[in-house]
Amino acid sequence: MTKLRYERPVIKKLETGMPNKFGTRTEYQPMTHIDGVAVEKLMKDYGSPLFVISEKTIRKTIQKAKKAFKTRYPRVQFAWSYKTNYLNAICSIFHQEGSWAEVVSGFEYDKAISLGVDGKKIIFNGPEKSEEDLTKAIKNDSLIHIDHLDELYTISELAEKQKARPRVAIRVNMDTGVYPMWDRFGFNYENGQAWDAINKIMHSDNMELVGLHCHIGTFMLAPSAYGIAASKLAELALSVQEKYKHEIKYIDLGGGFASKNTLKGAYLPGSDTNPTFDDFAEVISSALLNSNFKQEKLPMLILETGRALIDEAGYLLGSVISNKRSSTGRRNTILDIGVNILFTSFWYDHKITPAQAFTHYSEDTCIYGPLCMNIDVIRESASLPLLNKDDHVVIHNVGAYNMTQWMQFIALRPNVVLIDMDEKPLVIRLRETLDNMNSMEKVPSHLKKFNV
Amino acid sequence: MKLRKNIAVSEAGLLFNPVTGESFSLNPIGIEILSLLREEKSDEEIRSAILSRYNTDNPTFEKDYQDFIGILKHNNLLESHEETKA
Repeated sequence: MTKLRYERPVIKKLETGMPNKFGTRTEYQPMTHIDGVAVEKLMKDYGSPLFVISEKTIRKTIQKAKKAFKTRYPRVQFAWSYKTNYLNAICSIFHQEGSWAEVVSGFEYDKAISLGVDGKKIIFNGPEKSEEDLTKAIKNDSLIHIDHLDELYTISELAEKQKARPRVAIRVNMDTGVYPMWDRFGFNYENGQAWDAINKIMHSDNMELVGLHCHIGTFMLAPSAYGIAASKLAELALSVQEKYKHEIKYIDLGGGFASKNTLKGAYLPGSDTNPTFDDFAEVISSALLNSNFKQEKLPMLILETGRALIDEAGYLLGSVISNKRSSTGRRNTILDIGVNILFTSFWYDHKITPAQAFTHYSEDTCIYGPLCMNIDVIRESASLPLLNKDDHVVIHNVGAYNMTQWMQFIALRPNVVLIDMDEKPLVIRLRETLDNMNSMEKVPSHLKKFNV
Repeated sequence: MKLRKNIAVSEAGLLFNPVTGESFSLNPIGIEILSLLREEKSDEEIRSAILSRYNTDNPTFEKDYQDFIGILKHNNLLESHEETKA
């Protein structure tokens, strides 16, 4: 006699009057394949946990974003934000799609150059640029976005030394009506710092002011803030034009577009509520087109959005280590995915789905990672099917920041696999080994022997 | 171990405790175990009944069964030892 499929017995208290009028979401729809490749096979071949990135999704998303802006504004250029995900393969996909590189450190700058990006198409942002970095950027004619006056004077000195006239922009911070207001990057608009910096550059023969830049915040849910930013930068550009008869070639609105993730505490999933590329494009292009630029003198619009372009393409596959009960009777599930590799679980309620079919019965579950650290919580509460030890799960929307902010803490970092356009899995970053870690360390000779 | 007498369980797996007014839902295997408990079957009898019908092994079921019983106790759905003796 064939035995019935086993599912662990479960009893769930029915509660009414929950504070969330929309109810809780149950993630029992399994995700068995990613771009036609079986999740089970991926985990068998490349281990667990495992990052998987869909090339198809990346290309589809950047094309969608470009279309949203290019149908509304005549001159648009995307620049790939390296810090969001600087795996070489990922950067290369964006460069193939026409994106420039946007870097924020000497390391990222060198990465872009080593990938073969033309120095003229590298935007160098960030508060820390060493003299060595700046010398290189000036030599390569990169676009240097000045963050503070010390940097402005350093560039001026280096330019004189190198007998070059670097192309620069200033970073402007401003009140766009959102909280918190980001005022740590660049020069403030409202108190006149930005105008002061512009005048300093315009009176110097050593630099050419080609652009104005801002980065107003992160995971922005209000497109209107970008409209305000675009209007303020347009006003600055027009003032430069009026005072110096000098044309600002581009306005760079930085990044910060929200992805489809769900912020902790949100009632509804981000996929239903967060603004689309069209929402952002409409507000930004309207602000620029409605300003007083003459049609033939409209500046190029540069966008450095990272998160919204890559989050959806990334998945993190993992396995159930154990199911437990807390002292209060609550279900706890331990996965082999911890906050060391899923940094963004501090910000989002990541969508988690099983990788195999289950019945519709579910339990409210707290999802822990494998680290021996109390903070290692992936989801405080998720309504999940009755997962068993060794079952597999898929965590969604993990493409942004996790593969750059991950930590080699307690465990080694896993393989990263790209599923290419032909639905073929390819390793793009190898799992770390003990040898990798040890190769960077040196043990002094007097510490080499011990008896324990 | 015995299910409290006044507990009502529907075929669809809805359980009602008239003393506390609380309601619970159960999956099919949960309903099956509750009916065996109602019939005052021993742990051993329940284990062998489930293992003969379902595709699982003893350690897995034992762990899940103890967990399930723990939740029934936590929600006061089983008669306590003293009540059983009386």
